[in-house]
Amino acid sequence: MAKKHEFGLLIDYEYCTGCHTCQVACAQEHDWPAGMGGIRVSEIIQKLPKGKYYLTYLPFPTELCVLCKPLTKQGLEPACVKHCMAGCMQYGPVEELAKEMTKKARTVLYVPR
Amino acid sequence: MNNQGSHIVKTTTWSPGPGCHGGCGVLAHIKDGKLVKIEGDPDHPMNQGRLCARALAMTQYVDHPDRLRYPIKRTGKRGENKWQRITWAEAFDWIEEKMNKIREEHGPESMVFNVGTGRDIYAWVCMLAYAYGSPNVMFGLSGQACYGPRLSAVCTVQGDFAVFDAAQWFPDRFKDPRYTPPECMIIWGYNIHATCPDNQFGHWIVDLMKKGTTIICIDPRLSWFASRSKHHLRLRPGTDSALVMGFLNVIINQDLHDKRFLERWTNGAHLIREDTSKLLREDDLTDTGSHGNFAAWDAENARPVIWASADAAYRDNQASPALSGQWDVLLASGDTVRCHTAWDEFCREVNTYPLERVEAITGVSAKEIRAAAELYAKSKPASIHWGVAVDMTPALTPLVTGITALWALTGNLDIPGGNVFAKFAFDVVSYALPGTTGPIGLKSKEMDKPRIGADRFMPLNKFYWRCQTDVTLDQIFTEKPYPIKGMWIQTAGIMQGLGMDPKRWKKALEKLDFVVAVDLFHTPTTQYADVVLPAGSFLEKDSLRSWWVPLQTINKAMTVDECLPDMEINFELAKRFDPDYKYETLYDLYDDILKPSGMTFKELQEKGWAYPPEGSSSCPYRRHEKGLLRSDKKPGFRTQTGLFELYSTLRDEWDLEPIPHHEEPPFTPVSRPDLAKDYPLILSTGRRSPAFFHSEHRNIPWLREIDPDPLVEIHPGTAASHGIGNGEWLWIENWMGRARYKAKLTPVVPEWMIMASHGWWFPEKEAAEPSLYGVWESNINQLIPMNHHGKDGQGAPIKHSMCKIYKCSPEEVNHG
Repeated sequence: MAKKHEFGLLIDYEYCTGCHTCQVACAQEHDWPAGMGGIRVSEIIQKLPKGKYYLTYLPFPTELCVLCKPLTKQGLEPACVKHCMAGCMQYGPVEELAKEMTKKARTVLYVPR
Repeated sequence: MNNQGSHIVKTTTWSPGPGCHGGCGVLAHIKDGKLVKIEGDPDHPMNQGRLCARALAMTQYVDHPDRLRYPIKRTGKRGENKWQRITWAEAFDWIEEKMNKIREEHGPESMVFNVGTGRDIYAWVCMLAYAYGSPNVMFGLSGQACYGPRLSAVCTVQGDFAVFDAAQWFPDRFKDPRYTPPECMIIWGYNIHATCPDNQFGHWIVDLMKKGTTIICIDPRLSWFASRSKHHLRLRPGTDSALVMGFLNVIINQDLHDKRFLERWTNGAHLIREDTSKLLREDDLTDTGSHGNFAAWDAENARPVIWASADAAYRDNQASPALSGQWDVLLASGDTVRCHTAWDEFCREVNTYPLERVEAITGVSAKEIRAAAELYAKSKPASIHWGVAVDMTPALTPLVTGITALWALTGNLDIPGGNVFAKFAFDVVSYALPGTTGPIGLKSKEMDKPRIGADRFMPLNKFYWRCQTDVTLDQIFTEKPYPIKGMWIQTAGIMQGLGMDPKRWKKALEKLDFVVAVDLFHTPTTQYADVVLPAGSFLEKDSLRSWWVPLQTINKAMTVDECLPDMEINFELAKRFDPDYKYETLYDLYDDILKPSGMTFKELQEKGWAYPPEGSSSCPYRRHEKGLLRSDKKPGFRTQTGLFELYSTLRDEWDLEPIPHHEEPPFTPVSRPDLAKDYPLILSTGRRSPAFFHSEHRNIPWLREIDPDPLVEIHPGTAASHGIGNGEWLWIENWMGRARYKAKLTPVVPEWMIMASHGWWFPEKEAAEPSLYGVWESNINQLIPMNHHGKDGQGAPIKHSMCKIYKCSPEEVNHG
């Protein structure tokens, strides 16, 4: 039977400000040395009509993301979600998060490795 | 991470560690005396479990291999990085001896006490300086151009400072029934989420946006907030004051202002003499009249009526003073003088800024200005939050008082969701910000007399208890009117951070007989000290915090080798320098500071934090109406007149312009077209990174990896025309000097401006000179002069200078 990927991260990228809290929260929780970590934040600058630009910061769970299993097993949130300054990250069952997505544009759902 | 066997200490961030202005609740997990984990305290109303990258990196910070762990004394020349370990007793004895010698030979004012920004340190540096007898506490920026000037300017016209309202006054925050979120918010010159927002919490604005608050962003740079804003007014740096005049022009001429507030709470009706352009005062009208009282015109009875400042009321309470008009007034001298109202004068100045003129000055289209001003004025409530950009210009007072007038005239002062008075919780003052005083003070007014610059710069004299930085630097060289012989530098980086023209600061330090540095790590500045004392991080101290609300304690969670918290170091020396020092222990002093709250330090520590109850002066709203601002409990403001002063009575007395206006800064393409030929780009500095607090954190691996190099933002078009590619190294140069930066090509900056980060030095590089941690390589302050502060001694041109850029040669890149 194929392994079921039950849990994921929902990111509301309308509100991510690029503060890198998630990145350092992850490094601390898992004791990653600099250069490694379970989440990375990218900057995307999109040109829009009339000389405008839209600035997006997008957290991305890497190959090292284990969704903070030791914490979530205890019913706690992953370190990145707990500390997110913008409150733009959610952890939960993929199906529930997918439902959440239908209520809010500019969201992305990740099911990490 | 295995946290078995650890215990948790609940505490509050402030300064060493995250470096910031603090206030967030954290849980420190301690095991065997070491920090094994830190997390946000979910119960704390300020951050509600959230925590920034800098605080989360504390596990790499507290036990960093480069931490200073015991006192050291210099054995080589300054800058040679040769040190010898000494004991605390030896350090204290030696400092006492050297500083006593300076005091005996030259007077206590010959020691200057330098302090970094917004830290849990001002109170304790003042404690030491004042016990020693020196009034010269110095914040190192030219024109003290961060926060303090803004506070002084606001106090000048409004009596008390005000900040945007995010329900931070209430323990259950946004759920409190008294609160309403703003419909619209102006973010003025502030990349707030990446900064330490003056003890607010930048992401509160994100919380408000989720509740529907519309953003107006005033910034030459496209910040994240600007990209989410309804209006982004991309002004030329240094023209904010013209823009605010444009806003006022729209609001007044479209009749969008709050007439009730204007009539009842401002000095708009007070009369100005047309012969002297000064306020008409009671002593002009009668020989026995008070100079502190003013006059308005009672149109119904065709006579002047007296505003009695001490009563914060007209002497004849039946009077109906006219807001507009011109009258001939009979003076005590028998002469008649033509007078008009302050409101007419205010409107006259505002009307010299039609939007076409404002567009020409700022580069923002008249249409955009009008739309933004209308949105702000029609939104009820609306608030404004401003960043250091408003301080970093010489004419900051005319700008700041303009913005203050905006929130007052739109009826947004001290209302839910507006700009509300920021008062120390329970009136507990440890850190005496401009306009306040607390238990820590000089023993006599006489001792304050030699304070550098306080005799000629009235905001420093009246509100802001610092010496004037530019004059202090000059005085180190001139020794006039008295010599400066020593400097106490506490968690401050005059060479790598706060100092403009930093090589001149280096020369100044070279000239001094005695320099003490207190810090957590060696820096270029500590290399110039004679003795360096190891300070503790916020996790290593017991302290308190009343910077606005709530009142809270900082609780010692651990110790690191011989490091001592700043206040313990200073307290020990304060007692040595003042044999009559009135406190036995630091905790006696804390209890005394906390007295207005009715709690002792221990009692507060047990609670963790406390919120002032309804009816206290540190609990909103509409405190000017309720008599909660003034010591006499009368309704009104804590100004000379008791009114919100559209026309500043203090600046009238100081012979400075009493009304907001625009002054072109000293180094812009407009004021210096001659320089613009060689230096065609506008240089703005202070690009914030969420990973760093100013010059700190370059040595913390998790943070440094976020921003490894000194970056300058350049528009791709500008970079292309200079042959510079993304990630390439370049020189930024002007008539002062040059600095090497790495190009970040991005359209967030306009083509005509570059934005350089500040505070760069390289802890990984050689400490000894000539390297001095590479401090001269990428220090943008080398391009910014001292001595261009504003007329009132405040503000400096730090965010708008001029430069050219060119690519580094291959050898220069390898060298770096």
